[in-house]
Amino acid sequence: MGPTTFFIFTSVLKIIAIVFLVILSMVSYAVYAERRVSALIQDRLGPNRVGPAGLFQPIADAAKFLLKEDLTPAHVNKFYYWLAPCLAMVPAITTIAVVPFGSTLFGVPMVIADINVGVLFVFAIASLGVYGIVLAGWASNSKYPFLGGVRSSSQMISYELSLGLAVIPIFLLTASLRLTEVVRYQIDHGWMIAPFAGDWLNPVKWLLAIPLWISFVVFAIAIFAETNRLPFDLPEAETELVGGYHTEYSSMKFALFFLGEYAAMITGSAIIVTLFLGGWHFPGIPDGSHGWIFGLINIAVFFAKVAVLLFVFIWVRFTLPRFRYDQLMRLGWIFFFEIALVNIFLMAGIISLSSP
Amino acid sequence: MALAVPRPKLSWSERLYLPAIVSGMAITFNHFRNMLLGRTKVTVEYPEQKLDAQMPDYYRGAPALVRDEDGRVRCVACQLCEFICPPRAIKIEPGEIPSSDRFAKVEKFPREFDIDMIRCIFCGMCEEVCPEQAIFLRKDYAITGLTRAEMVHNKEKLLEIGGVMHGVVLKWNQKK
Repeated sequence: MGPTTFFIFTSVLKIIAIVFLVILSMVSYAVYAERRVSALIQDRLGPNRVGPAGLFQPIADAAKFLLKEDLTPAHVNKFYYWLAPCLAMVPAITTIAVVPFGSTLFGVPMVIADINVGVLFVFAIASLGVYGIVLAGWASNSKYPFLGGVRSSSQMISYELSLGLAVIPIFLLTASLRLTEVVRYQIDHGWMIAPFAGDWLNPVKWLLAIPLWISFVVFAIAIFAETNRLPFDLPEAETELVGGYHTEYSSMKFALFFLGEYAAMITGSAIIVTLFLGGWHFPGIPDGSHGWIFGLINIAVFFAKVAVLLFVFIWVRFTLPRFRYDQLMRLGWIFFFEIALVNIFLMAGIISLSSP
Repeated sequence: MALAVPRPKLSWSERLYLPAIVSGMAITFNHFRNMLLGRTKVTVEYPEQKLDAQMPDYYRGAPALVRDEDGRVRCVACQLCEFICPPRAIKIEPGEIPSSDRFAKVEKFPREFDIDMIRCIFCGMCEEVCPEQAIFLRKDYAITGLTRAEMVHNKEKLLEIGGVMHGVVLKWNQKK
């Protein structure tokens, strides 16, 4: 089989394996994990009856969503009502295409599309997620979804600024937007949150940690805001807006919103892992070119890191109270935007100090 | 009217919010860890663990008819409980005690006594109003059935649940 056919064949295999088998099952188990972890934090047990320790609960949930009545209310705008859940789910899954989830396996690079504008693709597609929520809120033709949609769209647009600006210091270091290059840089020079690994005596490397840590914190908080997760979850605050933008949805369309939120969380965690936490790299384990067993271990390390970050998402949700809307907008436009901007200049200054 | 709201002066670490967030996350993590290690035993896992042994004396469960130590059915079919039952769950068909019986001077007994457990609200009014100490509320709460007919407790079932009650006033026995 020629090289093009081989490429198409392996790409299709990777898409089916990663998007359908891994990400979708991770999404359903993220729901189970959220219920379990949140219950344990609140001194109660979560779902522990269906299957051993409740592990078959997502199957019961899937059966429930399939068998529920899928109602379209009479007062909605039918075209956008049907389109909105798809627009909420698709960007979250599409962004996974550029994230390197492993090194190589039998010579095949473990990334679906290794494009040279990797991070720009991520931000561009993530911005499309706003459309899903705006259309859901507008098409539902009802006051609570409308308010939820408006709040969510303004929140997501405001935090996209900080999202983009916060990661520029990394690209000042790596000089390439390609995500596999970012992982390669972190293997050679230490993870972004610990840039002095391997070069412990160099004082410039220690100084680099300051803007990189600020970058990490701002980016992580902006990802919380982008995925409408507490403490930024006003658009779906049950105590204020009934259900927010997904009030009028039932069964499969609600499932798409619900799972789309968790898919966005998984994608956000994957991006944080790739940019700051070293991607699939673990100190001491070589990459896949030394054997297929290392390729598999690298994939497992990547998903383990994503799972840890998902735990942090759930942990923060059940620790912090919700932001008020004006506090949220003030943080996004004044606080984080300025910090991210100043951070870029700080990083540029430190880099220019180090190079003669 | 201007009211000056006292705003506390925050130190720099309080203004940053991140140290407070981290300490809050440590608290929730300790809750998580204590639950995982089994140190927090708050949840009663029904139906494997039940609190039946710790029921208070005054707990109102399902109603039941009792016999006294002589084996006599205490109920005299006065129909006071049927009258006072708020959801009208009790249906009594009174009958006459034959004059050959040892307790012929009682004159009435319940030929049929039905309590519809779907209607019963476990209020205890029947126990309070009974002049013969014949109906008592027990401690069982989990009454289930697959059909509505199954959930109507008739006289046999009520006597079976009730059993024998000791220490009741034996006012119909012979004078000493």
